[in-house]
Amino acid sequence: MRRSAFDGVKIADFSWILAGPTVSTYLAAHGATVVRVESRTELDNTRIDAPHKDGVPGVNRSGFFGYINPNKYSLTLNLNSSGGMEVARKLIAWSDVVNENFSPGRMEKWGLGYEDLKKIRPDIIMVRSSIQGQTGPWTRRRGFGILAAGQAGFSEITGWPDGEPCTSYIGYCDFIAPRFCIAALAAALAHRKRTGEGVCIDTGQIEPGLYFLAPAVLDYTVNGTLLKRQGNYSPCSAPHGVYRCQGDDRWCAISVSSDDEWKAFCGVLGNQKWTEEPRFATFLERKHNEDELNRLVEAWTSVHTAEDVMRMMQDKDVAAGVVKNMRDLVEDPQLNERNHIWWLKHPEMGHFPHMGSTVVMSKTPAEPRMPAPCLGEHTEYVCRKLLGMRKAEFKSYNEAGAFE
Amino acid sequence: MVQDGLLAPLRVLDLTDEWGYLCGRVLGDMGADVIKIEKPGGDPGRRLGPFYQNHSDPQKSLYWFAYNANKRGITLNIETAGGKDLLQELAKTADAVVESFPAGYMDRIGLGYEYLCRTRPAIIYTAITPFGQSGPYSSLKGSDIVVSSMSGLVYACGDPDKAPVRIPIPQSYLFAGIDGAIGTAIAYYHREVTREGQYVDVSAQAGMYWTAGPLTHWTLRKKALKREGQFRGGLSPISRQRHIWRCKDGHVAFQVYGGGTGAKNNSRLTQWMDEKGMASDFLRSMNWEKFSLPATDQELMDNIEEPIGRFFLSYTKAELEAEAMKRDIILLTVSDMKDVLASPQLKARDYWIKVEHPELDCSITYPGPWAKLSSHGWKMRFRAPLIGEHNEDIYGKELGLSRKEMVTLKESGVI
Repeated sequence: MRRSAFDGVKIADFSWILAGPTVSTYLAAHGATVVRVESRTELDNTRIDAPHKDGVPGVNRSGFFGYINPNKYSLTLNLNSSGGMEVARKLIAWSDVVNENFSPGRMEKWGLGYEDLKKIRPDIIMVRSSIQGQTGPWTRRRGFGILAAGQAGFSEITGWPDGEPCTSYIGYCDFIAPRFCIAALAAALAHRKRTGEGVCIDTGQIEPGLYFLAPAVLDYTVNGTLLKRQGNYSPCSAPHGVYRCQGDDRWCAISVSSDDEWKAFCGVLGNQKWTEEPRFATFLERKHNEDELNRLVEAWTSVHTAEDVMRMMQDKDVAAGVVKNMRDLVEDPQLNERNHIWWLKHPEMGHFPHMGSTVVMSKTPAEPRMPAPCLGEHTEYVCRKLLGMRKAEFKSYNEAGAFE
Repeated sequence: MVQDGLLAPLRVLDLTDEWGYLCGRVLGDMGADVIKIEKPGGDPGRRLGPFYQNHSDPQKSLYWFAYNANKRGITLNIETAGGKDLLQELAKTADAVVESFPAGYMDRIGLGYEYLCRTRPAIIYTAITPFGQSGPYSSLKGSDIVVSSMSGLVYACGDPDKAPVRIPIPQSYLFAGIDGAIGTAIAYYHREVTREGQYVDVSAQAGMYWTAGPLTHWTLRKKALKREGQFRGGLSPISRQRHIWRCKDGHVAFQVYGGGTGAKNNSRLTQWMDEKGMASDFLRSMNWEKFSLPATDQELMDNIEEPIGRFFLSYTKAELEAEAMKRDIILLTVSDMKDVLASPQLKARDYWIKVEHPELDCSITYPGPWAKLSSHGWKMRFRAPLIGEHNEDIYGKELGLSRKEMVTLKESGVI
């Protein structure tokens, strides 16, 4: 009986770092059998990155790698050896999908480009993520998601009018591009089920990233307007912002977008005198006096905790929310109740949260099955059990150095 | 040969507001027949700017244009008895329904998943809300800044000495939308295997919380990563790295890496700086092969970054970009939309699409394929619909309503 939607879908996963593995993580959450092909000599950077268990680095001690890779097997292969390449090709023959995010050209060098893969399996689905895309004058131009956020235009518009560009502390584009890739992959799997045809999906980071900026793109192509950094301003709401609360670096977001909401907001503040002044009575007036409005709001929020501000506002149907940090998210009642975060026990790192599923499916729920893999943890399992290799064959590949 | 898209057989009824437009857009881009259903007079989302030539007109919202292309549009008031009947009629030939009403609303008015299943047992029903259909937050009021804050994205952005800051385009609506497209496509795949539909519960908060990064920073090291402005923490427990640098005419995106990537990248940059006489002795003496970020403290980091900062200041974005490409150094520009439109890469990949807007007597340049498919590719078939633009096509031609019937329905506010 099928439990998850992608039960039985097999993925040969050559990807590494963040954007590529995010694609396979999403599918693994929904039941796909994902085999990560890793290399001991060219380690996935995230196996080296902090945070480390007990502050001690080690290839199986990174909370970065661990967090983003539940439900996956790990097979180490030396793709530069003939034995390793033979096993890789067996893995591809076994798989439905090949996932990769190397610099464009690398797979082709190994004889594993799309045309090559089709010779192994004519209906293969190949999923390729890169910064710039597989074609074009910049295709070989390397980069990472946090830099791509600059190139796509996120950094320039984020921050304060009197400040410098900002982005998030992690590769923002690494979270957008894979989503579009996954939508196409799910559609491709459905299409292949219907027609028997495979496809190659080429996702850069700038091209889908611009979809999360599309109104600003059109504002430029239509009106010649360049969106400028504007702090937490919104053209539709006032008050609208992130307000300091009690405690160290604690904040609550509040947005008031209608006259009813404004009335309710004022009620929460105990209808203080200033809330009744004509210069705040209408939306236009509040916009005109927004700086002063924000100062007055913050004078109130700063004597309350962010949680209290959120609760008091939401009780009166005013949109407000704690600006959550990692600790808040770990403890988030909504994410935990709905099993979006998966707490799994890892052989070297013990119990820790893993990236779970985002969407909740009624008939085919996403399910945690395994913690993130240790390096090469499943080399023998994959070869013997998934690929059906005989004991002697596995031994000879091993002795030939295929599994480094 | 002109091929249909990957989702060509799929028909989708799209009842979303601004929280969910991107869902139907992405499905439509892959060939689905998406019918956007708005209440008579138009969706409230048409009030979102920016606007064509800054006219605040519901038929000129650029937000609407961006996220409702590749959809046909009809009007329908689903709160009337006649409207409910018409929706049930439309559901008979639909594969999927997507909506973003408050949790429980569609059930209350008798059009939720269980009701539509009676008409179409294999229907795929995707519901998009700020926090999801269940759980302690499900009835909270959401807005983009609130959900972005509660997902961790806002805390991650901005200057450390100022308030955390959101990205000024509603990212929460877009994560919700793309997850809606994914969930619908996953359900469609499942249905291809089993002939069974299902209910897909999409939460914007859940869709976005991955953007906060590995929560293991807290569970393993009791460290909640914090906004660092033009820097990033999190790669080393004892230093932060700059990734946004001033240059002569703006900013570039560059980072000092460790590991194999850093070994090559840092040497190449040092070499370039040395050729220009701007590499400090300190930089020239660095062993980039052995350089490790986790082991590098802030003082060392500052000593590395200071000469690099001075070097970048003496060149423009274009100069740095061109030379970095020649030397295979990882460096990207911090672009504004002017830079983005000028990108030779996007032009070479035929990214920009000119879309006809006869109602405005012009054509507008839109972003194009968000992915390139080897076959059954992405296609821009038509612009976003005007209010009720396809009422005649759908109600008249497809459902066979007479002109008279349609006039009656219009006059009684059903369509």
